[in-house]
Amino acid sequence: MPRSKTPPAVSQNEADHPTSPVQHFAADESLLLDSGASLGPWQIAYQTYGTLNADKSNAILICHALTGDQHVASDNPVTGKPGWWTSMVGPGKSFDTDRFFIICANVLGGCMGTSGPANHDLVTGKAYAVDFPVVTIRDIVRAQARLVDRLGIDTLFCVAGGSMGGMQVLQWAATFPERVFAAMPLATGAKHSAQNIAFHEVGRQAVMADPDWRAGRYLAEGTRPEKGLAVARMAAHITYLSEPALHRKFGRKLQDRAAPTFSFDADFEIESYLRYQGRSFVERFDANSYLYLTRAMDYFDLADDFGGSLASAFKGTKTRFCVASFTSDWLFPTSDSRAIVHALNAAGASVSFVEIETDKGHDAFLLDEPVLFATSRGFIGAAARARGLKEQD
Amino acid sequence: MVEPLNLTAAAARVDLLLVAEMIERGARVLDVGCGDGTLLDLLIKTRDVDGRGIELSQAGVNGCVTKGLSVVQGDADTDLADYPDDGFDYVILSQTLQATRRPREVIEHLLRIGRRAIVSFPNFGHWRIRSQIAFQGRMPVTKNLSYAWYDTPNIHFCTIADFVALTDEMDATIEKAVALDRNGQPMRMALPWAVWNLFGEQAVFMLRRGS
Repeated sequence: MPRSKTPPAVSQNEADHPTSPVQHFAADESLLLDSGASLGPWQIAYQTYGTLNADKSNAILICHALTGDQHVASDNPVTGKPGWWTSMVGPGKSFDTDRFFIICANVLGGCMGTSGPANHDLVTGKAYAVDFPVVTIRDIVRAQARLVDRLGIDTLFCVAGGSMGGMQVLQWAATFPERVFAAMPLATGAKHSAQNIAFHEVGRQAVMADPDWRAGRYLAEGTRPEKGLAVARMAAHITYLSEPALHRKFGRKLQDRAAPTFSFDADFEIESYLRYQGRSFVERFDANSYLYLTRAMDYFDLADDFGGSLASAFKGTKTRFCVASFTSDWLFPTSDSRAIVHALNAAGASVSFVEIETDKGHDAFLLDEPVLFATSRGFIGAAARARGLKEQD
Repeated sequence: MVEPLNLTAAAARVDLLLVAEMIERGARVLDVGCGDGTLLDLLIKTRDVDGRGIELSQAGVNGCVTKGLSVVQGDADTDLADYPDDGFDYVILSQTLQATRRPREVIEHLLRIGRRAIVSFPNFGHWRIRSQIAFQGRMPVTKNLSYAWYDTPNIHFCTIADFVALTDEMDATIEKAVALDRNGQPMRMALPWAVWNLFGEQAVFMLRRGS
């Protein structure tokens, strides 16, 4: 099958010139990264919803997951699909846009307008590709903090997110405790497990094994490692679901045929589904970004920054936390959330924790989960009262 | 906003009001086995406490968090070890002691975590219970203890006398003790333990560590 030689015009444009608002930082406003590298000039793309109140006390920062972006509650400019968390963000939702000022920024290393490997170096004009410095969750949060500074906001009313977004929430609470009034880390962990690093490594190897990856320089060479990235996505997608959910949705059902074809065609519905997931993913995501962001998650170990004690990361914190996990999530199992809760208890922090019964696996935090809605609504409502926010602010 | 303590809505749960009366305003309180958060809610509204809870059932925790209470899903038998010494002014174990696997260890944790521990439990020494065993030869089933022996979550019943003996064995001091009669009303103070042990359906003890 001939490979497409046309680079994806849309997402390439989104990387350098996003359709969403973007803040530019000059060379003398560079980001000092954990790797020791200094990044500048750089940019961060973001979306906002709702209105910031007069005393700037109603801002909520939503942190997106590995392959998410800033379009949390508005149509995605690349796919045309609705925002990725419209179940939680919008008028009358838990993160009520009639009441709060919602900010969501594309992560550092992403490919939707914040500086990353898909961007062109603003100084040399060349595509960064693998010359982009390796970033960490802490670097991602540092970049977000610079955006929040630019927006003139001192303290965020809440920082919330699931999975890699939850890692950012924990990092925010540990690095800037005085700037986070409430925190909602969902379906996440304070460190990435060996199993999760292993799955990420499989994905990265799939990308790098694709001849069109061209040692990372595919943008300059006019190719795209679509096959490799699709395989990476297919493998990862399995980890976002659960065995019961796969059984419920697909079982052993055949795809548009009455009998197996005795070939390696996609006989089973699950195969067809995964292939579709892989195909649609490569249309909107940059392969190098996938390498960088999976790496950022792998490196995450919050306790490591605090002498191995997770409780020390939250010592003296006044932030109120709401932690949630899902029973069938085997990527970030409940034990990961419990470790966070134990540390918060040991630090004397105000913390709520629910384990939500569902067979939808890790992705449950993105889906229609009434218990999550009720929990977040209760938590946000109580936090807003404690913050002195009026019902309509 | 702090509401007055004599709430009519909570009047049905005299044991909760009794616990609330033992706690001073603004205290840091941990309610172990907080259920749907009724007591925590009462303490926050009437005593302005900084309240936290632990609850085993998912339904209970979800209800609490939805009410805006800081409650974590957890087990008194295993999760109290995660709480630091002297983290709270009061740690409450309300109607939960009999359902724990290791009651003595749980009480030791309560005394370690809180400056004061408040423990309430159904009194297995009540005459009605004694008479069921004595005259019917059957495991007791009463209005407050309505489970059959084979499906009860209550695996470690004790009497008021047993509890007092345990506090003697442990390094703990009883600061307050109240027995409630079958109507949930506090019994007259000056009665000897033996009378409470016969006529008290429930007991509420406030303990502190040390003698």
